[in-house]
Amino acid sequence: MFPEAASTFAGEVDTLYFVWIAVSLFFSVLIAAFIIFFFMKYRRREWYQYGNQAEVKTLPLEITWSVIPLIITLAMFAWGAKVFFDLSRPPVDADAYYAVGKQWMWKFQHPEGVREINDLHVPVGRPIQLTMTSEDVIHSFYVPAFRVKKDVLPGRYTTVWFEATQPGRYHLFCAEYCGTEHSRMIGSVYALSPEDYESWLATGVAGPTLQASGEELFEQFACATCHQVGDGASVDATRLARGPALRGLFGTEVALASGRTVTADESYIRQSILNPQADIVAGWQPIMPTFKGQVTAEQVNALVDFIKSLDGEPAGVPGLGEDLREGAVPALQAATDSVDELEGNRPDAG
Amino acid sequence: MTTHAAAAPGSNYLTNGFSLKSWLLTKDHKRIAILYMISITVFFVLGGLFAFVVRLELLTPAGDLMEADTYNRMFTMHGVVMIFFFLIPSIPAVLGNFLVPIMIGAKDLAFPKINLASWYLYNIAGVITLAAIAMGGVDTGWTFYTPFSTTYANGYVVLTVVGLFINGFSSIFTGLNFIVSIHRMRAPGLTWFRLPLFIWGHYATSLVIMLGTPVIAITLALLAAERALHLGIFDPALGGDPILFQHLFWFYSHPAVYIMILPSMGVISEIISAFTRKKIFGYHFVAFASIAIAILGFLVWGHHLFVSGQSIYAGLVFSVLSMLVGVPSAVKVFNWMATLYQGSISRQTPMLYALGFIGLFTIGGLTGVMLATIGLDVHVHDTYFVVAHFHYIMVGGAIMGYLGGIHFWWPKMTGRLYPNFWSKLSAGLVFVGFNLTFFPQFILGYLGMPRRYWSYPDEMQVLNVLSTAGATILGVGYAMPLFYLLWSLKGGRVADDNPWGAYGLEWETSSPPPTENFLHDPVVTGGPYDYAELERKRG
Repeated sequence: MFPEAASTFAGEVDTLYFVWIAVSLFFSVLIAAFIIFFFMKYRRREWYQYGNQAEVKTLPLEITWSVIPLIITLAMFAWGAKVFFDLSRPPVDADAYYAVGKQWMWKFQHPEGVREINDLHVPVGRPIQLTMTSEDVIHSFYVPAFRVKKDVLPGRYTTVWFEATQPGRYHLFCAEYCGTEHSRMIGSVYALSPEDYESWLATGVAGPTLQASGEELFEQFACATCHQVGDGASVDATRLARGPALRGLFGTEVALASGRTVTADESYIRQSILNPQADIVAGWQPIMPTFKGQVTAEQVNALVDFIKSLDGEPAGVPGLGEDLREGAVPALQAATDSVDELEGNRPDAG
Repeated sequence: MTTHAAAAPGSNYLTNGFSLKSWLLTKDHKRIAILYMISITVFFVLGGLFAFVVRLELLTPAGDLMEADTYNRMFTMHGVVMIFFFLIPSIPAVLGNFLVPIMIGAKDLAFPKINLASWYLYNIAGVITLAAIAMGGVDTGWTFYTPFSTTYANGYVVLTVVGLFINGFSSIFTGLNFIVSIHRMRAPGLTWFRLPLFIWGHYATSLVIMLGTPVIAITLALLAAERALHLGIFDPALGGDPILFQHLFWFYSHPAVYIMILPSMGVISEIISAFTRKKIFGYHFVAFASIAIAILGFLVWGHHLFVSGQSIYAGLVFSVLSMLVGVPSAVKVFNWMATLYQGSISRQTPMLYALGFIGLFTIGGLTGVMLATIGLDVHVHDTYFVVAHFHYIMVGGAIMGYLGGIHFWWPKMTGRLYPNFWSKLSAGLVFVGFNLTFFPQFILGYLGMPRRYWSYPDEMQVLNVLSTAGATILGVGYAMPLFYLLWSLKGGRVADDNPWGAYGLEWETSSPPPTENFLHDPVVTGGPYDYAELERKRG
């Protein structure tokens, strides 16, 4: 009658649920009791009988029973909002896992490089953050025992996080209707003790870590031809004119040529790889080719994970003193192009 | 209340011409209501059969009755038919069409020809949708989420949405007619605050219809264009936004829930007043609560997107607004409850439906506020908890109101009374069957059973079996009125003009009413539900 509770949220959500059930029961029983009591007591005895037509003052009662539900509602809203904040904000040290939804399977990548389909093994007691995208339609990642759910969208990244508390095997469902085999797009999440998780990893086919595959792909696709990944001291000045440097980029605000500002998150980086013309960073030429069709969704995940790992100070250009994170136009660029021309060059301008 | 306005015996809207032409080309709102009742009943039976097939499949955890694709089409067509061809039009098109002009003391609606056109549009839309079903159906779910519906779905998506697009105009015509009629055609002396709450419910509903329906029409047109021409509106592969559709869709489809429920609340107010012989407690609050619900209803669509990746703060705003809708709804329930106090309660069938409505609506409403609580919604979003909730609100609310209303006004519409025993039995079966069907689904949902599943984990079977058993009882309860109401047309006792001793303009004309509704134009001199006056007259 009651689902397993196996994450740090489960207790919180259940308490909220039970208090709501109690409030609902109280009001349902109260209303039902009044109705049944009146139904019995004020039964019409004679056909011509009328109800009491006395004029009554309704305002005090009306105000009372408007204000009481209002107060209860607002209090429960505040509590629900608090729970939602916890559900929505992963701790900074969460382990980065990736998931790709596809009709009709789940594909997972561990930070250690292991890949799985429909099964996901995670260690107990560690915050796990899943970054998810879909290759086709909208899916939804749902583990009832963890009380977490998040839609998985094509063309975007969404994230969900949880921390398993009880070792065990739990249902993984797709909760957003996605076609013929929707109800078969299920799997299992295995929460393992840290030791079991280590030995499980050891028995698996140990591939390169996600970050390492990303780095490899970064070289394979010669991304470094245009994008600096080194620190400020080892900047190669000959490459500077082509594209923004990537070190320290993740999570910062980027000013675009269109005048908008975006956060350089997973979705933005993915977009920049697959559809680079869509959001050109202010001050740069729209010269990057698309990699759509050349990289799989998993490879994009690896590239994103690699770029995420590039923390530290952004590569500056010695002597120019421009901070790329602010989206300032580098002097080298400014000398030859104006922003207006860049706008005109954008294929989607107008 | 009015000058005497009863009809001469033997002449009424039913006897005014018997040819097929006199029905199919009628401009009489009462005949159009009867035409609507026939069409809508056909769709209700059809939607009910789809539902029963769905419940039968879910009797066992393995999807063993039919293929997954067949099942997906069944639940889609159940949703499409029930929502667009039954729940949304039922009360306004049948009871509203019949009663709005009579209750405001008018001879007809403002635009009788547009009213007839709306019935034709409804049927054309129905035929197109049925053609899509006959050709193999559609498997998108009634929500048509993109990019599944635009790129991946099997089946006749474009044909179905063309049907729904046309159906939207039928809805708009009805809403337009009500708004203009209520503004312009009220009898002398019938001020806004002398209007029956049924009229307030329909007025609020018509506002929602007029403001919301064009949005769904545009959305469905975009969907069809995207599917046929791949424009890149919703498909991320072409630069579109997969979530945009959900915003557009729910901007109409959430208020659509209030299109289903507000007229039903109007019906319930009428019945409770008539069967307690009392003025509704807090008439003004109940009237304003309808308007408040209609307005707030437009501000809450984002609660369908809590787990879609929308920003945390958007989620919080939609959460609090959604929860606030619960307050005017609660006020209405308390007011109905208080009306019973010291009433003269008659236990006729319409009253049983009305009290059943309050029970189901209370559960549906409270679980709705639970779902709006954002931290809790994450777990139960898209599970059977939601399925149970919206059936309690939409089916428990709208169908209880529809059946209650049909039973209340049947003698007025047909001039005949139906058998008490069978009608009470059917009301009882509907209430019991309904709860047995949908209450287990709340538990299933909290256990984590996602909606639209053709097969499910073994441990969830017991609750599914209960639910299917309940659906069987519910089906019997729903089928019974078809038989005894039809029987009553020949065999039922002849009804008085006012068989319930109720108050209201519709009870002052003959049963059935004459074609022009009243033989003499009524003049209203008193407030609504003035049973004190009836009592004085009698005394």
